[in-house]
Amino acid sequence: MMRLTWKDLPIGGFVIEPGNARNNLTGTWRTERPVIDQDACTRCRICWMYCPEPAILELNKPYTTRSGKKYDVTYEVDYDHCKGCGICAHECPVKAIKMVPEVGG
Amino acid sequence: MEAKVLGIREEVVKERLGLTSNYAAAYAVKAIDVDVIAAYPITPQTTIIEKLAEFVANGELDAEYIPVESEHSALSAVVGASAAGARVFTATASQGLEFMHEVLHITSGLRLPVVMAVPGRALSAPISIHGDYQDIMNARDAGWVMIIASSAQEVYDSIIMAYRIAEDQRVLLPVMVSYDGFLMSHTTEPVELYHEEYVRKFTPRNLGRYRLDPRKPITMGVIASPDWYYEIKYQAVHALRESKQVIKEVHEEFNKAFSTNYDLVEKYMVDDADYVLITYGGASSGNAKEAARRARERGLRAGVVRIRLFRPFPADELVNAVKDAKIVAVIDRALTPGDVYEGPVFSDVVSALYSKDIEKPVMSVVHGISQRTMLADDFYNLYKMLDEYAKTGEYPRSTVFLGLRS
Repeated sequence: MMRLTWKDLPIGGFVIEPGNARNNLTGTWRTERPVIDQDACTRCRICWMYCPEPAILELNKPYTTRSGKKYDVTYEVDYDHCKGCGICAHECPVKAIKMVPEVGG
Repeated sequence: MEAKVLGIREEVVKERLGLTSNYAAAYAVKAIDVDVIAAYPITPQTTIIEKLAEFVANGELDAEYIPVESEHSALSAVVGASAAGARVFTATASQGLEFMHEVLHITSGLRLPVVMAVPGRALSAPISIHGDYQDIMNARDAGWVMIIASSAQEVYDSIIMAYRIAEDQRVLLPVMVSYDGFLMSHTTEPVELYHEEYVRKFTPRNLGRYRLDPRKPITMGVIASPDWYYEIKYQAVHALRESKQVIKEVHEEFNKAFSTNYDLVEKYMVDDADYVLITYGGASSGNAKEAARRARERGLRAGVVRIRLFRPFPADELVNAVKDAKIVAVIDRALTPGDVYEGPVFSDVVSALYSKDIEKPVMSVVHGISQRTMLADDFYNLYKMLDEYAKTGEYPRSTVFLGLRS
């Protein structure tokens, strides 16, 4: 890998390419990961709204619960960027999100 | 009418007006066609922005004028405007410069070509509205190019040069043009104003620098982890050091275009001088020159070096000017309490000499604090003291406080 020096940086530390925050894999910061129980989830979208990253993905993926309820969408976690803050688990009105330790859990 | 001046001068000069240094600053800003002015009034700066408000209000200057609620906001507003690509101006002094201090560092860190005029004033407490250079010296580590002018004409010319320097792609740093509070800011002198076409030809806009533009988004002012902060800061340190070459070029071009004779340091009778006073600003250097004339009449080979470019410090030029002197004294109009010597520029001069391996007796003098009257005779006596020290080989190893009741 080429060794970057002070001469290689954009002036003033400006970020001159927009939209590159996704290259920063903040998922490595996490000590606990949210795990969504797809059967308990009511698709209320509150986790998606509250996630500060945002790392809750709203996917057009149909899902049928064990009790036979059909949903058009599925909420999943973008673990590359989820920092494990736990806001989603805290806000979930049906306690469908659990925080699970990344190591030793 | 006076006799014909130099050809170029006759062509470029539009009119000669009696102006204070503050008004001269305002006329320069008008001639340059600034886009955004944000300012908050503070003595002795206020008449600059009053004059600019008048220019904007009566349509002579097409600029956005933002009357803000503090100096912190004044500089912040022009930082934002400059980041968006505007050509900006602000002015302050004393407590106001202290209040905007954190934004001084942000301006240079963001590499924004902001130009600010600062007529220097003492700092509270005790409260003083009078002039010295304490505010300016406190700003010296903020990474700005700093020019200290000594006449209203020089203020006008320096502000024109300041935009060229600040916006040069090799520099992209803010420039502060300072001068004596009251002794210059409120003293009327004849100033020759140029036709705006010549000023604008000299100060073309740099349209190539990065700016906030929704069509091509960039981010300024991000957090830098310790991984990269050092490198980003070093870029600005390096740019300030290297700006000296650009500043020299701009001086040469300005001298050619407007038939003037500016340099990074001003030398007055120093070529054969045994005793040299080094100082900055109007009153201090003016009195030093008068003292040098008196000393010369009495057989002392006296000279004066005036530091016009303060940051980046013109070490080579200064050392060249004083290298043959027997002994020099640095007259400061500001204090660094608790330092080995209490004169801030004294330390710069000593380290400049050290960098060129020149051992020379240097005396530290403080005078003119809160506009304590500096008499030409005070400085003439200083030459006599230097003469005495040169003969005995003994000279003060701590700062001498001239004009102090003791």
